Amino acid sequence: MTKPLLSIRNLHIQGRQDAGWQPIINGVNLDLNKGEVLGLIGESGAGKSTLGLAAMGYCRDGTRISQGTVTFDGMELLSLPERRRRRLRGARIAYVAQSAAAYFNPAHTLMKQFTEAPVDIHHIESQADAERHGRELYAQLRLPNPAEIGFRYPHQVSGGQLQRAMTAMAMACKPDLIIFDEPTTALDVTTQIEVLAAIRDAVRDIGTAAIYITHDLAVVAQMADRIKVLLRGDEIEEQPTRDMLANPQEEYSKSLWAVRQFRSEPNPEPAADECPVLRVAGISAEYVRDQPVLRNVSFDIHKGRTIAVVGESGSGKSTAARVITGLLPASKGRIELNGNVLPERLAQRSKDQLRQMQMIYQMADTALNPKQTIREIIGRPIQFYLGLRGRERDEKVRDLLTSIEMEPDRFIDRLPGELSGGQKQRIGIARALAAEPQFIICDEVTSALDQLVAEDILRLLKRLQNERGLAYMFITHDLATVRAIADHVVVMQNGEVMEQGSRDQMFTPPHHPYTKLLLSSVAEMDPDWLDHTLEQRKKAQTDVDN
Amino acid sequence: MKLRDLKSAPPTAWFGIVVIFAYAVVAIFAGQLAPFSQTTIVGMEFEPRSAEYLLGTDNLGRDLLSRMIWGARNSVGIALATTAIAFSLGAGLGLLAAVLGGWADQLLSRLIDMLIAIPSLLFALLLLSIFGTGITILIIVIAVLEMTRVFRLARAVAMDVVVMDFVEAARLRGEGLVWVIRREILPNIMAPLVAEFGLRFCFVFLAVSALSFLGLGIQPPTADWGSMVRDNAALITFGDITPLLPAAAIALLTVAINFVVDWMLHRTSGLRD
Amino acid sequence: MHPLARMILHRLALGLLTLFVISLVIFMAIELLPGDLAEEVLGQSATPETVAAFRRELGLDLPAWQRYLSWLGGMVQGDFGMSLANNRPIVDLLASRLGNTLFLAAYAAVISVPLALCLGLLAALYRGSWFDRLVNVVTLTSISFPEYFVAYILLLFLSVRTGIFPSIADFGNDAGFGTMIYRTFLPAITLVLVVTAHMMRMTRAAIINLLAQPYIEMARLKGASPARVILRHALPNALAPIINVVALNLAYLITGVVIVEVVFVYPGLGQLMVDSVAKRDIPLVQACCLIFAAIYILLNLSADVFAIATNPRLMHRK
Repeated sequence: MTKPLLSIRNLHIQGRQDAGWQPIINGVNLDLNKGEVLGLIGESGAGKSTLGLAAMGYCRDGTRISQGTVTFDGMELLSLPERRRRRLRGARIAYVAQSAAAYFNPAHTLMKQFTEAPVDIHHIESQADAERHGRELYAQLRLPNPAEIGFRYPHQVSGGQLQRAMTAMAMACKPDLIIFDEPTTALDVTTQIEVLAAIRDAVRDIGTAAIYITHDLAVVAQMADRIKVLLRGDEIEEQPTRDMLANPQEEYSKSLWAVRQFRSEPNPEPAADECPVLRVAGISAEYVRDQPVLRNVSFDIHKGRTIAVVGESGSGKSTAARVITGLLPASKGRIELNGNVLPERLAQRSKDQLRQMQMIYQMADTALNPKQTIREIIGRPIQFYLGLRGRERDEKVRDLLTSIEMEPDRFIDRLPGELSGGQKQRIGIARALAAEPQFIICDEVTSALDQLVAEDILRLLKRLQNERGLAYMFITHDLATVRAIADHVVVMQNGEVMEQGSRDQMFTPPHHPYTKLLLSSVAEMDPDWLDHTLEQRKKAQTDVDN
Repeated sequence: MKLRDLKSAPPTAWFGIVVIFAYAVVAIFAGQLAPFSQTTIVGMEFEPRSAEYLLGTDNLGRDLLSRMIWGARNSVGIALATTAIAFSLGAGLGLLAAVLGGWADQLLSRLIDMLIAIPSLLFALLLLSIFGTGITILIIVIAVLEMTRVFRLARAVAMDVVVMDFVEAARLRGEGLVWVIRREILPNIMAPLVAEFGLRFCFVFLAVSALSFLGLGIQPPTADWGSMVRDNAALITFGDITPLLPAAAIALLTVAINFVVDWMLHRTSGLRD
Repeated sequence: MHPLARMILHRLALGLLTLFVISLVIFMAIELLPGDLAEEVLGQSATPETVAAFRRELGLDLPAWQRYLSWLGGMVQGDFGMSLANNRPIVDLLASRLGNTLFLAAYAAVISVPLALCLGLLAALYRGSWFDRLVNVVTLTSISFPEYFVAYILLLFLSVRTGIFPSIADFGNDAGFGTMIYRTFLPAITLVLVVTAHMMRMTRAAIINLLAQPYIEMARLKGASPARVILRHALPNALAPIINVVALNLAYLITGVVIVEVVFVYPGLGQLMVDSVAKRDIPLVQACCLIFAAIYILLNLSADVFAIATNPRLMHRK
């Protein structure tokens, strides 16, 4: 057997926390052969990125490699002097980051940044050769107008294109190994599929080895030959992709695979004459005069039911929530609460109207005031809306904590900073419940959470809905969430409702063309999904052309 | 700030804390500590150092040590009052602008832009030439001019908090302006505001003492470090360092505050190097 | 029109507006007086006749807006009116002194700007090293010192005790360039010490701020050396804040020379202004204020324009 290109043995990495060092990676081993793609999968905090960077012999500020070896092509990177390591980086091992917009220097053109490694740092090519090579790679990665796009600055290029340009930049020196760190996570699903295809084909063409880091199983299934699962810095298991998908061995891997199975029982359809809790009737809205971001949007939300508003970034789904809550007055249309028209502006609404409508946010970190204890955070709406104080108020806070499955005695005097992401999100839910509302807007409540935690949150929301007859409006870009919990689905694009209907209607053909595009873009846990989907689209396209 | 943090403070910060504490003691107990009153003429002009007058006498024959001690109360007190006014004005308006947003923010910000474009020392000189020199006018002029800097900082740090979802949550709940500012925003921007207070105090202190040094600030016979340098400057041409002592007193305090603020900023910004 | 040109024009208009408002403020400040200028200057012992004559002479009997217009008109044409203290045209008093002040400021700027930028870059490059810490403590100390303290210390050691440099920076009317440089060395170096510390700290902070940016990590991952990371990746993005820092400090140099001029008895605008304030020669103080304010605004304006011109987001629109 030949020697592997990259070999990591018993690697331990620590991160600085307060005064001491906490382990991030505990003794991971990894082998990668030339031209092979390894998928690294795990939830946030699993240490995937840290491990990926360590494969380049690189540590971020505040982390250190305390033990182990990283051998690349026979060289032990950790004992090499920094100067020698720099000679490898960019030239033989390259890196593709998650958010290309942040990882491109805003002061230089794409081409200048492309040629920097081969021409200015590693001196392996002339400027002219490097530029020609750059245009070839841009074309290979299917960037539009490859001859010209290099003259642009990063802010002049879209997110999906930047991600491809960054992949091209990583390939500039024809490296032996590329680390892909969640390269498509920040993209919309319809963009992601193109970028995935472009990256995969380019990797195959130049025959480089790659480590593909992601939290998304379906994505890694398309890219990797083998998959390694990490959990909090520990290696769980590693298998060839197809075996791993078909037959995960460890409990944790199985649970990851099982997550997407959650489906709530659909709630019964409302009676035809039932007055909806909230009716959105033909609203349009604009931030800038005559540039509407929302056009004639209508939907109803009934008691005890969940409506999901789905769309990609820029679809207007969040704006719709701002109009409903009164933060942005509508330019046309009206909003009714229990059959009564709501004043447009927040300031004109009565305390009771405000109480009926609560909100849960995406980023639990910014949704809770870091300087207030849980007691204050949940207690304030109780005091504000219900007028309870002192012991009565505390009693209520404890009840709420119990109902969101958090022990009152342990948590009531903590600050948000002392909680995990899932716990913070629960506190956000309790704060909304404290007002005893009829209707809750859930703004991407699970998209910042790991899959297992997200599912717990969805179950909790479902249980609370059943207990209290709450109406939910889910704003989300994630079709898996929609499939799991929605009774009624509203699909939005460019500020307009494309299609709406019950969950079953939406997930069974025939589809509206945009819904179809959206549905078909969601990666599936099948290693052949990407090929099939692309083939189908090509076929559909040729059918249209003929 | 917790006691635990103090223990890990670097020596520069410790030095700063001790110095500030010492100055506070001297300023508060000036009456008990000073051997003579600040205005009494006790001897000949420019007497050298002696057992009776530890630092000698000044240009009018007043005891220099006593005037140094009284100066701690006068110079620091006036600077402190000025900073407090500048701070309550600037931070209050800055927070208001950040929270209200829209045209109120625009109006306030443009107004401050104008004020800030006026070189402050010059404007102080202009007003002093018109109204004559006096402590009240001095305090008002410097407070208004320094207020602009506080406004900008307070608005900027408050803006970072205003966009947070928990502030939106409070608004959607129907909370009033005062609650949003006091309970949601203020606790989250205390650290930079306290640091800014220290820095502003240094600026104000240096500005007041500069004007006094020019003879336009705190007026005689009140003992004040800036004007003491001016009164006794003639001695320097004879190679005597005595006139530099009040200036050194000013420098020591501002250095001390800067060291403490530097440490605080370092700590809150999460940098540990 | 190119959006960049429009933006620069916008700034220019804003600068003019600011200057106009400041001129209004400078002029209106007198109106805040309880009596009027004549009573204030002549004192209580003056007879009503002399006060009336004085009023007529200064045009104080005209309405305020008329006086403002003629004052502003005069300023624009270079007619600054008469000094109250010695009854000479203000222009004559200002002309040579403005030149002296600008000379001193330029002298200090030529030394301090390159020095501060280099030190700031080095401190950022070797962040956390003993060099960085030393520079931090020294500059922190230096900005904490009152200027006259620095000035007198230099005076004491470099002039009084050793006699290397003259203690009075007056060089007469026809001194050669070398003599001027020599005689104004102490005031210039005082300004250099104060301003360099400020500028250096802000340059360091601007660059270190950027070192946390992801694209800096990308540069490192491409194998760039630390010097290359700072010079090619951080510096171009730090230009706008650095230019602002430089402009701010140049403006400070112009307006902050007052104290240094007084200590070294330098015949500049600042000293004239302080004298005039003490004598309550209000028209002269107003003229000085307007000149200083105009220079100040001009500097800030050019910093703004430079900052726009170095920002690729503004230079190259979508």
